[in-house]
Amino acid sequence: MAHVDDTAVAADRGSVVVRALLLLAGLAASAYGVVLLLRQDVADLLDSLLWMVGAAVAHDAVVAPVTIVVTLVLLRVVPATWRTAVTVGLLVLVTVTATAVPVLGRFGARSDNPTLLDRDYTSGWLVLAALCLAVVVVVRVVGGRGRRPRGSEEGVGEEPG
Amino acid sequence: MVRAVVPREESFTSPLRHERLTARLGTWLGACFAICFLTGLYSHWYYLPDASLVPPTRPVWGYRLTQGLHVLTGIAAIPLLLAKLWSVYPKLFARVPWRDVRALALHSVERASILVLVAASCFQLVVGLANSAQWYPWSFSFRAAHYAGAWIAIGALVVHVAVKLPVIRRAYAGPVDEQAPTEAGTPAPGPRRRTLLRATLLASGVAVLLNAGQTVPWLRRVSVLAVRTGEGPQGVPINRSAAAAGVTETAVDPGWTLTVVGRRGEVVLSRDDLRSMEQRTERLPIACVEGWSASGEWTGVRLSEVLDRADVPADADLRVVSLQTRGSFGTTVLPASFARDDLTLLALGLAGEELDLDHGYPCRLIAPNRPGVMQTKWLTRIEAV
Repeated sequence: MAHVDDTAVAADRGSVVVRALLLLAGLAASAYGVVLLLRQDVADLLDSLLWMVGAAVAHDAVVAPVTIVVTLVLLRVVPATWRTAVTVGLLVLVTVTATAVPVLGRFGARSDNPTLLDRDYTSGWLVLAALCLAVVVVVRVVGGRGRRPRGSEEGVGEEPG
Repeated sequence: MVRAVVPREESFTSPLRHERLTARLGTWLGACFAICFLTGLYSHWYYLPDASLVPPTRPVWGYRLTQGLHVLTGIAAIPLLLAKLWSVYPKLFARVPWRDVRALALHSVERASILVLVAASCFQLVVGLANSAQWYPWSFSFRAAHYAGAWIAIGALVVHVAVKLPVIRRAYAGPVDEQAPTEAGTPAPGPRRRTLLRATLLASGVAVLLNAGQTVPWLRRVSVLAVRTGEGPQGVPINRSAAAAGVTETAVDPGWTLTVVGRRGEVVLSRDDLRSMEQRTERLPIACVEGWSASGEWTGVRLSEVLDRADVPADADLRVVSLQTRGSFGTTVLPASFARDDLTLLALGLAGEELDLDHGYPCRLIAPNRPGVMQTKWLTRIEAV
């Protein structure tokens, strides 16, 4: 160990301390959350647990596999030169649509309150879809022009983090 | 047969899935969660019964800002969470070290901690999003479960950062993309990690823009997916209508009076009595826990002048009672600092007109920097706690 720089060892120790403190703080916060969760009555506790585990399972067993299958299909269908553009457009459209599920379904609408869900969300979504299509075309045109010279200079100095 | 269908971690070959992308998405997601958590804590402060420390009455637009941020950063987190989960999905199929007991224990603990993180994060965003659109497809109490989930999620997130800190450092040591693909000759077709990172940030930005109009008036026309346009009777949206509160008869009763209980007993005020007092007009926002807000010009009597008339002690917190027979928050507690604030009104009018029935006719409370649900409508009684 004699050849190891003392400052490096000190920095390493510092990082271990930081990580240990973070770990303890995180465990304490989560434990408090669990205590709060358990304060609910049994029916509410079971229902909230069902929604928590259900949300994770819905992602892992439905959302993610469907994404992969769709991606594999698109890889076969979409020409290579369009891949970047289509990825950007679909990524924006699909994830923004996910944020709009409650308004698109109008699940919370109430007949006695016309100020709630008071837009034509289908038209709004169509505008979004049209904009995403425009993004696909723009990315294709801009990306297509920039692709040739990019090979030699890309990656340098970007995202220093 | 089943064996052939279940993929292994190595089945996922895309070079786009990489810790360098995951760490950067995680940083943005972590920032959103931090803002959500802090603004959520601030909001929860208002709902605490018997808090010895009371939220401030200024700035007037404080809750409007924090709760608007809470909902918008939550919405921004949805594309980020989806992209981040996508980037680490193969790890779900990582090999389990069945033979090595110590490795198996560590592996299980890590998987359990990730399950808690993913479950709590998805739960918070799904439930929060649905609540912001007044959709309640569950039976638990939203506030209790969302608050508990917030502590579990933020704790699991901090644990995750502690565990992954060396990986995060390594990921940030270089650019998000290596230069490798071009050295082989022709560049690999398709997007790069940087493209995915930027597209995800673009998606978050678009989602925010399409929703922000419910709290930022000049974005109203852009925000085509917002739960509310911000329009409503007298220029202010409604959360609970008179019909929903069950007050359509009692609130329009010409014999309506407001009872204020002070040291010398009850003072009963008719609407004419309130009208005969000095009328003031204040511009104050209604800012709802669901993330929408709108400013209004409220006209009415300063609450502190009514309290003085009934000889209510200056340091008394108030119990404010509504006529409503259905729904929560029919009775709220108004801390003395809000009750005695010069801007706090018993409003009789809005936007130069008689108060709309759905806005709380004949008389409602409007105070600075408070959640909308505590701006009690259809008042009937005010007393010291």
